[in-house]
Amino acid sequence: MTEIVFYILGAAAVISGIACILQRNPVSAALWLVAAMFALAGIYVLLNAQFIGAIQVLVYAGAIMVLFLFVIMLLNLGRETSDIRRWPALMAGAAIAAGLAAPLLALRLYSPARLASEVSGSPVFGDPGAVLSQGAAAQGLAESQGVVGAIAGPLFQTYLVPFEVTSVLLLVAAVGAVVLAKRRL
Amino acid sequence: MTPELKGFIVLTVVKMLVVFTITLVGVALLTLLERKVSAWMQNRRGPNRVGYAGLLQPAADGLKNIIKEETLPDEANKILFMLAPLLSFVPALMLAAVIPFAAPLPVAFDFSLPVLGRFVHDGLVPMVVADLPVGFLFVLAISSLGVYGIALAGWSSNSKYSLLGGLRASAQMVSYEVPLGLSIIPVILLSGNVSFGAIITEQQTGLWYVLPLFFAFFLFFVSGFAETNRLPFDMPEAESELIAGYHTEYSAMKFSMFFIAEYANIVTVAAMTAALFFGGWDIPFTRWDQTPGLPQTLASGLFMFGKTMSFVFVVMWVRWTLPRFRYDQLMSLGWKFMLPLGLVYVMLIGSAVWLIENMLGVGSPVTRGFLLFGLNLGLGYLIFFIIDRGHVVRGSTARPEAVH
Repeated sequence: MTEIVFYILGAAAVISGIACILQRNPVSAALWLVAAMFALAGIYVLLNAQFIGAIQVLVYAGAIMVLFLFVIMLLNLGRETSDIRRWPALMAGAAIAAGLAAPLLALRLYSPARLASEVSGSPVFGDPGAVLSQGAAAQGLAESQGVVGAIAGPLFQTYLVPFEVTSVLLLVAAVGAVVLAKRRL
Repeated sequence: MTPELKGFIVLTVVKMLVVFTITLVGVALLTLLERKVSAWMQNRRGPNRVGYAGLLQPAADGLKNIIKEETLPDEANKILFMLAPLLSFVPALMLAAVIPFAAPLPVAFDFSLPVLGRFVHDGLVPMVVADLPVGFLFVLAISSLGVYGIALAGWSSNSKYSLLGGLRASAQMVSYEVPLGLSIIPVILLSGNVSFGAIITEQQTGLWYVLPLFFAFFLFFVSGFAETNRLPFDMPEAESELIAGYHTEYSAMKFSMFFIAEYANIVTVAAMTAALFFGGWDIPFTRWDQTPGLPQTLASGLFMFGKTMSFVFVVMWVRWTLPRFRYDQLMSLGWKFMLPLGLVYVMLIGSAVWLIENMLGVGSPVTRGFLLFGLNLGLGYLIFFIIDRGHVVRGSTARPEAVH
C-alpha cells in the first residue's frame, strides 16, 4: 500500500521536475516546481516525518515560491530569446547533466547488498520498502515525543551550537542582501 | 483490508460528506448573512424578495452565476486563467478537514454487507475528518497556498488592474504570514503540542487561551483578516483603486469560486480562533462535556458552531465599520508593529512560563493562566498608555480641537 503511494508520489515529483525545466514560460516553470515540492512533502509524510512535510509546504511552496512568483511577475519576463547560442548551450548543458548523472548511475551498478555492507546500518538502496520500514521506527519516536518533539529534541539540545551558527550565517546573508540592495542606509 | 480499516473508511467518508456539505451550504448562507449584516449596519433591509425574508437569495445568485456567460480574455494565459479559481478554492475547502468541531463520539458497530464484507468499529471517533498529528501546521501550510490562486488570477488575466491586485495579494499575504505564525508560538508554548485535540484538551483543564495569551489572539485575528483579504485589508481587490483587483476579468462561476474561497477562509479563521483561543468545542464552566457521549457531542458541536459564527459576525462587523488601509500603512503595520510585537511576546511568554514553572513552582494550569493574564494586563498598560501615550484608546472625541 505505502509502496504504491510512494511510486505515485515519486512519479509526480519526477514528472513535475522535468516539466519545470522544459517550460519556456517562467510562471509555468515556477508552478511545476511547486508541484514537485508537493510530491516531496507527500514522500516526507510517507516516511512519518509529517512535521518536515508540513514545513516543506509552508516554507518552500507557501513562502519562497510565492516570492519567486512575485519577482517573476514584477519583472514580467516574456518568452525572450536568449542571447546565448543554442547549440553550444545545449552541448554544455548535456555535459553538465551527464557529469551529474554519472555518479547516480555508478551507484546503480552497486548491488544493494554491497551498498548496505559498505554503508553499515543504512537501509538497502533501491528498495523503498526498506526505507519506509525505517519510517516505522521513526513513528515510535514520534509517538513518544510528539511529531515536533522528535525534531526539536536533537535540534535544540544535541545540535544546538551548529543550529545557532547556521542562524548567524543566515543573518549575515540577510544583512549582506540589504547592504547590496540599499546603497544609502 | 481488515474489518477495522473498512469501518474507519466508512466513518471517514460519512464525516467528509457531513463536513463538506455543511461548509458549502454554510458558505452560501454566509453571503446572505453578509448582505443582511451590512444592511442592518446601514439601516436598510437587505435582500428580501426571493423566498421568505430573502432566504433563497443564495440559490438565486448561484443559479445566475451558473447560467451566466463565461468570459475568457483574448490575451489571457488560458490554462492558468482557468486554473486560478481552482487554486484558491481547493485549499480553502481542504482546511475544513482538520478543525475538530465537537467532542469525540463513542461509536460501536459490527455489520456485514454482501460484497464488501464485514465492517467493525468500536471506540471513540474524533469529530474531525483528519486528526493530523501536525495539527494546525497543516492549516498554516495549506492556507499559505491560497495566495497562488489570487496571484495567478492577477497575472494570467493580462490586465493592469488584475496584475496590481495579484502583486498586492502576494506581498500582503507573505508579510502577514509572519505575524500569524509568531502568534501561534505562544499557544504551542502553553499546550506543549501542535495537534488541535491536545490544545483543546489543555484549555478544558486550564483557562481558555484568550486570557493568558490575549496579545497572541489579537495578532492572530488581525493577521487572519489580512490572510483572508477582508476589509480593512482588502488591498488586492480595492474596488475604488483597482476596479476589482485580481478578479476584474472573471465572470460567472469562476468569479463566484473566488467568493466561495473567501467565505470558506473566513469560516476557517473563525473556527481556528475558536479552537486555539476560545476552547474549541469546550462548554465553559462545566466538566460534563468531558465524558464522551451523544448528547455531549451534539451540545459541544452547537457551542463550536456558536463560537465560530460569532467570530464570523465580528469579521463582517469590522468590514462594514472600518475604512480600507492605504497600502504603505498596511505594510508598516505588518512589519513595524505586528512583527516586533509578536517577537517580543513570544520571548516574554517563553520566559514567563519558564519562571512560573521553575522559580515559583506553580504546576496548576489555572494558576499559571491567571498569572499570565496579569502579565498581559501589564503589557497592555505599557503599550497603550506609555508607548502609545493613550492615542488609540482615547478616541476621537478627546482629540484637541482643530485650530480655527
